[in-house]
Amino acid sequence: MSALLLSAPRPFDGRWLWWLSLALSLALWLWGRAALPLAFDYPKAWQIPAAAWIGGAINWLVKEASLGPVAFSDITRGVAAVVDAPYRMVLALLATGVQQQSGGVTVQHVPPLSWMAVIGVMALLGHWAGGLRLAALMVVCFGFIAVFGQWQSAMVTLASVLVAVPLGVVFGLALGILAWRFAWFERGLRPLLDLMQTMPVFAYLVPVLILFGFGPTAAVIATLIYATPPMTRITTLALSRVPEEAHDLARMVGCTGRQRLWRVLVPSARAPLMVGVNQVIMLSLNMVIIASMIGAGGLGFDVLSALRRLDFGAGLEAGLAIVALAIALDRLSQAVAQRGTANDIGWQHPYLVAGLAMIGAGFALGLIFPAVQTYPEAARLSTSAFWAAAVQWINLTFFDTLEAVKTFFLVWLLVPVKRFLLGLPWLAVVALLGVAGWRLGGWRLALLTAGLSFLIAATGQWEKAMVTVYLCGISTLIAMAIGVPVGIVVATRERVWAVTRVVIDTAQTLPSFVYLMPIVMLFRVGDFTAMIAVVAYAVVPAIRYTVLGLQSVDPRLIEAGRAMGCTPWQILTRIRLRLALPEILLGLNQTIMFALSMLVITALVGTRDLGQDVYIALTKANPGNGLVAGLGIAFIAIIADRLLHAYARRARARLGLEATA
Amino acid sequence: MDAAPDTLVCRNVWKVFGARAAEQMQAAGEDAARLVAMGLVPAVRAVNLSVRRGEIFVIMGLSGSGKSTLVRCLSRLIEPTAGEILFNGQNLLAASEAEMTQIRRHRMGMVFQHFALLPHMTVLDNVAFPLEVQGMAQAAREARALEMITLVGLTGREASYPRQLSGGQQQRVGIARSLAAEPELWFLDEPFSALDPLIRRELQDEFMRLQSRLHKTIVFITHDFDEAIRLADRIAIMKDGAVVQIGTPEDLVLSPATDYVREFTRAVPRAKVVRLASLMTPGPVPADMPCLPARATVAEAGRSFLSGAERVGVSRDGQAIGTVRREDVIRLLLGGEA
Ligand SMILES: Nc1ncnc2c1ncn2[C@@H]1O[C@H](COP(=O)(O)OP(=O)(O)O)[C@@H](O)[C@H]1O
Ligand SMILES: [Mg+2]
Repeated sequence: MSALLLSAPRPFDGRWLWWLSLALSLALWLWGRAALPLAFDYPKAWQIPAAAWIGGAINWLVKEASLGPVAFSDITRGVAAVVDAPYRMVLALLATGVQQQSGGVTVQHVPPLSWMAVIGVMALLGHWAGGLRLAALMVVCFGFIAVFGQWQSAMVTLASVLVAVPLGVVFGLALGILAWRFAWFERGLRPLLDLMQTMPVFAYLVPVLILFGFGPTAAVIATLIYATPPMTRITTLALSRVPEEAHDLARMVGCTGRQRLWRVLVPSARAPLMVGVNQVIMLSLNMVIIASMIGAGGLGFDVLSALRRLDFGAGLEAGLAIVALAIALDRLSQAVAQRGTANDIGWQHPYLVAGLAMIGAGFALGLIFPAVQTYPEAARLSTSAFWAAAVQWINLTFFDTLEAVKTFFLVWLLVPVKRFLLGLPWLAVVALLGVAGWRLGGWRLALLTAGLSFLIAATGQWEKAMVTVYLCGISTLIAMAIGVPVGIVVATRERVWAVTRVVIDTAQTLPSFVYLMPIVMLFRVGDFTAMIAVVAYAVVPAIRYTVLGLQSVDPRLIEAGRAMGCTPWQILTRIRLRLALPEILLGLNQTIMFALSMLVITALVGTRDLGQDVYIALTKANPGNGLVAGLGIAFIAIIADRLLHAYARRARARLGLEATA
Repeated sequence: MDAAPDTLVCRNVWKVFGARAAEQMQAAGEDAARLVAMGLVPAVRAVNLSVRRGEIFVIMGLSGSGKSTLVRCLSRLIEPTAGEILFNGQNLLAASEAEMTQIRRHRMGMVFQHFALLPHMTVLDNVAFPLEVQGMAQAAREARALEMITLVGLTGREASYPRQLSGGQQQRVGIARSLAAEPELWFLDEPFSALDPLIRRELQDEFMRLQSRLHKTIVFITHDFDEAIRLADRIAIMKDGAVVQIGTPEDLVLSPATDYVREFTRAVPRAKVVRLASLMTPGPVPADMPCLPARATVAEAGRSFLSGAERVGVSRDGQAIGTVRREDVIRLLLGGEA
């Protein structure tokens, strides 16, 4: 990452400092190992025992802390109860029905909604929000889930999402409004949100697991924590962008504070708020899948257990069911959002009546024909055996090729880079990051970059962090090497871009878990597999931002270039790429963030980085280690993010696109 | 001019933007140049004006001259930094926030440049919104809103949403809404500036028709001098936050106070602003001579001279008070001074 930052020379005083520190670092790296060993290995004696402190603090919270007479554990129990009751209700409705356990026998009193009724209601919703095409899409997606025998798991997953989304939207909206209303609240909240969004998802799971125990309730709470920040951000942003006139209107007609907020400002911000709701839905789905590790059950659990059994067929089917669910939820919520801004959302009787009729008919017919209630076993399709056979065939036929590719990358790229990074003295890296921060954004940024990287060393995570950086760095570079050219090719071809956009939009709605399955099938576990998975996941923002940047170049400048007789190649390199640089840098930033978040997931396939630490901490329920490793990853993300943002800002200022901040 | 009582009076009002503007102004005194030098923005400077009951008072100035800031001071949407604002004798700056809310709810209405319609409400709900905020019962407020919708000529569109309407129609909704609570003081901040010229003209006519029925006290903001002349009883010209001149359109055209004002009035045809009253020779009028109102412009009188008449009578309140000579009219049309 930093190598890329430094390659562009700029006329800027202080360059000497840069060269000096680079030279010193080089000297230290070449000859310093004997003279200054502590620059290479952070002394054990000086380590900050952060993991023990955090673990202790959480233990104390769970066991002893109290607010007056109310013990902290009572509070967590209360929170759990708030989530638990609606979850049980929705679960009963969708998946289990009303059951009673008596003497080891489960008696079904009332069945859940029949699969036909659910598909029917979804189709109705689709028709209401987006017409026949969306209704058809709903039928296809949910039909696919039923036909491939994933219904029960999918409904468990859907139940968690349905409980988490309204809560996430309400909390997000409330926090967002508070942050918009009170500057001090915003100032306090923002760094927390930054941290939460850069913290790997597993790291959330550990403390949640400790506080709330293993089970679906904990999973829903983890999902809430994960999905709320974007809603909060969007709310604050949307409210602050409401035009001045709307404020004036509210005051002129004499609104009270509450009327002003709920009758004027929030409705005026409805379009962006609906985008936030869509985000909450998609993030919830993603997290519910991941939270199967702490007992969410459902499709995520199926994928996870298939991964553990190396049963690719089963895993792939569950994965595809997740894809179907993701696409259905995404398109539906987007259509509702658009309809919402277009028309008043009200109960529209024909739809409501038809929906209730379907549920009633499903229930009544289900009592007579079991096939209406539960999708018949006999009509299930399973491609599981086929996939298993296909993978076996590929692995047998192309074993040598696949192995050769893997070995080539490992020997010539992965291992050397890893060695190089692990051999760097931490002291020099911390110093260089500080200098880079100073040059790009002044002493504040320098303090941040140097401080955070020092903390990584001081908590004894340097080596693992370097492995993270190495995997993330290589994957990012490859993703950029693929994404930027693809972006250049599609940016000017409207039809191709339209198709590409559908593909990457869909790819982005897929939970990160899904990416692992096919790659593990071909390459088994290890760094190479992790790298491919990360590249596949992180290439999307690289393409998107390149296209965005190229398309936003002022066409008059391109015409001017053509008028001056530039060749297409000159126009591309001298004008379009130059001007698109700030966006491409932001794309790089996003690619890094995507790579880091995926990297943590790849811990499941046996990398040896910070992600693995978090994962192990999770399986051992060790909150201290998990959080510290999670913070380590967050720090890496923050350092990369701030440096790139500062650089992009300078680039933009240099191009005259924005005043120097 | 017959002196109607003043509804709104504004004495030495200042609005200075910037950090700790009030304190800084205490220190620096009322000196715009010094305030600017201190990094503050004196958007409204020492404005004195009074708006008479039932008149259309237009505030005209180029973009950035402080019109919006001034009108927002008048309704106390923002706090003036210094000065006094009297509404029917009551000092608005001394009113509590609750009192202001009551005043705004019942006695002031405002129309916005970009309409400020609520996108999630129908036309009917938008118009009824001020009444809803006051807590009026649904049936009553909808009846009243329907009346307003009819008044602005949008009957049949009650159930539409704002985005389904053209710009002109949207502003009609804005106008209906601002009138729903029957305010006595009506603010319009560049209400027609976002519209196409033809629609603008149509709405100006509509606005004059409404005013001839409602007799509101109006503060109308515009950056378009032609619009000001068309609509105003009196005009205040603003430049850099200060009022340069206040007068009837005729006053401004015939005796501009500064070169700045003269620059605006240069292109205005005299006949369209000069009223018969100022061209008239007082004296007896023959009984058979047709009479025109003293408020009519010279252009409007042109038709009466077509038949070859040498003189036309002028009347005020039905009382014949003098005559206008053909010769004077022609001289005015040719560009000479009156
Ligand atoms: N909230 C504010 N803070 C600082 N300056 C402002 C603010 N609002 C308006 N101004 C400045 O006051 C001046 C007058 O603005 P405005 O009243 O909107 O002008 P107009 O409505 O005549 O176009 C402008 O120079 C504008 O930049
Ligand atoms: Mg304005």
